[in-house]
Order: sequence, then C-alpha cells, then structure tokens
Amino acid sequence: MLDVQLGEVLAGAPEGADEALGLVAGFDDALALGFARVGEEAAGALAALAGALAVSPIGERVSEAADKVAAGSVGDEHLAALAGGRAALSGAVHDALLGRLDTALGRSRAAWEPSRDGHVAPGDRPGGQEASGDPGGGRPAFGNLLDGCRVWLRELAIVGWRGVDHDLAGSADQTIEALLAVPELRGLAVLLDGLAAELRASSPVATMDRLPARRWADLWARGLLLAQRGPWHGGAEPVSGRLLILGADVHEHATVVRAQVHGVLEPAGGGPARLVRTSVAAAKVDTIVGPAVWRLMGGHPVLLGALAGHHSLEITDMPLLPGGDLVWHDDRAAAGEPADPFTTARVALSGTSAPAVPPLDRHPVRIAEPVFLEGYSAGDGSFDLGGHALPLDLDRLPRGGPLTPELVAASSACIGLMRWDGRWLLQPLAVQATVKKKPVAVHNGDWAMGPTDPKVVKAEAKAGDVVAVLRERAGRLLRK
Amino acid sequence: MDADETAWERRSVVHVVPPVAPRKLAKVPFVELADGRLQGVVSSGSDIERVYVSSITAGTHALSCSTNNNRPCGALHGYACKHVRMLADEAVVQYGLDRVARYLRVEVPPGGQLMSCLHGQPERTPAAVVFSRFLRHLAYLEVPDSTDPLVELHWFPSTAAETGAVR
Repeated sequence: MLDVQLGEVLAGAPEGADEALGLVAGFDDALALGFARVGEEAAGALAALAGALAVSPIGERVSEAADKVAAGSVGDEHLAALAGGRAALSGAVHDALLGRLDTALGRSRAAWEPSRDGHVAPGDRPGGQEASGDPGGGRPAFGNLLDGCRVWLRELAIVGWRGVDHDLAGSADQTIEALLAVPELRGLAVLLDGLAAELRASSPVATMDRLPARRWADLWARGLLLAQRGPWHGGAEPVSGRLLILGADVHEHATVVRAQVHGVLEPAGGGPARLVRTSVAAAKVDTIVGPAVWRLMGGHPVLLGALAGHHSLEITDMPLLPGGDLVWHDDRAAAGEPADPFTTARVALSGTSAPAVPPLDRHPVRIAEPVFLEGYSAGDGSFDLGGHALPLDLDRLPRGGPLTPELVAASSACIGLMRWDGRWLLQPLAVQATVKKKPVAVHNGDWAMGPTDPKVVKAEAKAGDVVAVLRERAGRLLRK
Repeated sequence: MDADETAWERRSVVHVVPPVAPRKLAKVPFVELADGRLQGVVSSGSDIERVYVSSITAGTHALSCSTNNNRPCGALHGYACKHVRMLADEAVVQYGLDRVARYLRVEVPPGGQLMSCLHGQPERTPAAVVFSRFLRHLAYLEVPDSTDPLVELHWFPSTAAETGAVR
C-alpha cells in the first residue's frame, strides 16, 4: 500500500457511516436495557432503526417489529426482523468501508451473484459427512436445536444485558453442547459458546461499570440470524491450482482456536489470480493456550507445514465458497516449491481479484484485507507512511507465534490485514526487521509445526503435553 | 462516562474475558466457577493414582474435599486442607483474584490473600457432579475440527498477552 492510497483510506468516515452506526448504537442501548419494558428512548431508537430501512425490502417487517416490541410483544419473528434490520445497517457500513479500501488499493472485487446465495449445499462438508440442503427443515433435530438457541437469545433480549445473571448466562450450556456435535452449525456453536462465557465471566452483569454493548449486540444479532435456518455459505465450486500463502490470522476463545490463512490462488489452466482464505478450527479447553494450540490443529499437516515452512501448495478440486473461502481438505493438497510470503505480497498481491462478501456476512468486523507495507516509520503503536498514521492492532498478535510488538516496532516491511473497528487498524501477520544488525523475517504462523525458539521449546517441554495430562487425570477419576 | 469509555462500548472487538494465564495442569487439572461453587480436581501429592474433588461454595464459603472414591479428605476439618488451598491458588492464577472473589462473594482487601478471607466450615458436597463437569470439559477435545469459514470468529481474535481486566 502506498502513502497516497493510505491517505485515501483514512480520509474521514464514508458518507452516512456515522449516521448508520448511530442507529445501531441506539438499538444496542435498547437491547442492553431489555425489551421487557421498553422506555421512551428505547422505543425511539427502534423506530429510528425501522425508519432508516423504511424504503428497503425489509422495511415493513422491521417497522412492524419495532412497534410490537415497543408495545411489549416480543415475538421470535419480531426479534429476527430487528436483528435483520441491524445487520442491514452494519452491512451498509461494511460496504462503504470496503468500497473505500478497494478503490484506494485499486483492488477489483467480484460482484455477489444472488443465484448462488443459499444454505449449505451437499458436498461442502469437510470429511464427507452427510449435509442437509436445508439445515432448518431437512433434519428435525436441527430445527429443535435452533429453537433452543432462539429461546435463549429471546430470553437475553427480554431481560437485557443488565439483567443477566449466572443462571441465565449458563442456561444455554446443553444447547451449545448439542450444537457442537453438528458440523453444519459449528459457527453458531462457537459464537454462542463465546458469548455465554463472556456473560458468565461478567455476571451479575448489573454490577459492570461499562457494557460491551456493540460487541454483545453484534453477537446476539448474528446468533439470532444463524438460528433461523443455519448458515448461508452458498454452493461451492471445485478449484485447482497453486496457493501462495500470505499469512495466518489466529482466532481464539476459551473453547476454540482457528488459523485462517490468507493467500493468493493461481488457478490451474490460467485465469486471474484470486485472493482466498482457508481455515482450520479446533475445539479446545481454556487451559490450553500459547504455542500448544497448534498441536490441536495437527490433523492438517500439509497446510500447517506450508505455513511453517514457507512453501506453496498445489491444490486439486478443493471446494471454493462464493465468499472466497477454500474449504480445506488436507488430502487434496500437496507441498509445492518454496515461496516467500513477502515475495507473494510484493509481486502477486496487487493484481489479484477479491471475492464478493456474502450479504449476511457484511459487517465491518469481517473486513480483513491483506496488504503489504514498506517505507514507513514504525512508531509507538502505529506506522507512519508519508505523514499518514495507521494505528496497529497489536492485541491481535497471537501468543502462539513469534511475532511480538518489539519486532513490529523494529520492522521495515509488513504483511498485514486492514481491519476496521471504529477506525482503520493494521493487524500485522508478518514483518521483515533488523535484529542485532541482521535481517529477519518473522511470521505469525512460523510455529505451526511447533515452536522454533529454543527457550519456548524448553518451556513447552516442561509443561508437557497438556492434552495428555488432562486425559490421564480424568482417567484416574473414572477408576474406582 | 468519558469519550474513551463510550468508544469502548461502541467497539465490536474488546476483551471481556481476560486471557487465561498459562498454568501447570498436573497438580490441579481442572478449575471452574460453576453451580455456585469454585470447584475442581486436585491431584494427590503422595499417590499418583489418587485425585481429589475440592470445592468452596459461594456465599457460605463451605469447604469440601473428597477422593475419587468419594471418601472425605482426612485433612479437611475446621480449616482448609492442602487440596482446597491449591484449588484456590490455581483459580486465582486462571481467573484472576477479582473474578474469583466476586463469584464467591468475599471481600479481599488490597494485597490480601483469598484463603485468609474465607472462614467456611467443612461440608459434604457430591463429588460426582464435579467429575461429570470435568468430563464434559474434556469432551471439547473430542469435537472434530472444522474447516468451515466460521465468520463468527472474527469477533474472537487471538490475544497477545495479558490485558487489563474489564473492571
């Protein structure tokens, strides 16, 4: 990214974005108080949300929902309509922000094809499990599970965050446990599990000094939409070609860890190179942290090996979803030639075309666009590029990797993800830096096959295999 | 409320649960705040085959400790045994003193120790419940991997290191 491009990205909020987020904030405050008794201010916020969407296709439904909820009738369909209305506003802000970024970078993006919209299609599933074309109606068990999710989310909406206590925070545990057993509903499961854990840790919420109102409303609204008919990945197309890795973005809460790899796919037989993401998520327990999390994803050695070893991957008939996500199958990939992600970022990144974003996934939080920066001066928590300061999201540097704030501060080139959370941020994935007068390149995913720093290796060895320790101790309990 | 606080409330990604501090699991493999108790599983210091289920009840601060064979811990009478103390220590490492004290409903003065502020009496609580909670916890390790896009996880970034607690 050049300094003029960065200047363009940072030049004020897109038109209408502040107003749209103001409406979202009004809804979030109403939700925090709960819909059991909707006060004047909250009723006004719901009406304003509905008003902004009046001319949209969902205008009538959102308007009716706002009236009903304000009048004390909190039906499932009304909550779904309000969650949908809120998602439409978040989506509009996402589109304005991503459009701004694409224009500045000169990045072309595929248009969404409505015909490919839809629910999980058979054949998308990793591991070849049976998938239902319609999780909501196809398998009755799904329906019951989704009902259970909606009941909990409705209860939360009625009491409001301020009314949540330990009992309510924990009352979805059995539903979440059942959700985790259904591969198709994994996204909903990890979302609700993460939200429930935060509510438990914060209970009784009434005593909190401040509420993460935007965050919890985001999670609530997305959960409610997923709990209507399951996810909306769309139908996959098989792709083959060479995958050049840019870097790994690591996501984590107490019971899940996920490495999302960003890369450039050069399709076999020619055609323009495409930006893609692919990811591997593993369930875990809260006490497994740091470099040990990579071991949980060890069932995908070809992908992790390429991350750690910096080589390309040859993929064959890998399902590619319309949103640009490769559904990873380790057995459909083979290690290719050595490929330095910095070479990929310098050479291949600029000409790639980016995928469309599925409509219901459009939310500023999903913006994670790979960029390459050099020629900046690294300051305290930001990069200065031609007089434009780009703040760094250093909180996102994973504990399970070698990239540290110190290395970022000492860097001269960086592969990162452009993110937005109230302002633009750069999340570093890899840097080139000078350490003790020697040039080094350090990537988030360098420890994917195990730490390479002798000190960390020693500490890990001392802690032992956490999973084995837990299983051994559990075994003693079972012995009478 | 100042501008920073407002900005915090309007962000999608903030740390609500401070990241769990790494701790050695061999001595206290399981700790949780649930069912109105701080409860967990503690390894015997002398017998590799033996594990204890220990707990402290919120509010009353009643103490409980028994073996995997459901025999009461011989060292728990009148004051906390070693197992209950280890459980409390590891809970503070894992969750932080604030959260543990809030859950147990106990005031710990600045610089004070959790255990010296608890004056509950021994009480039998069923160990089987905690066993099954531990097994449920471990069931996560049996959940298969997923390669779905899981957009939801963009709200849950990996965290660099310790960040300040919410309150």
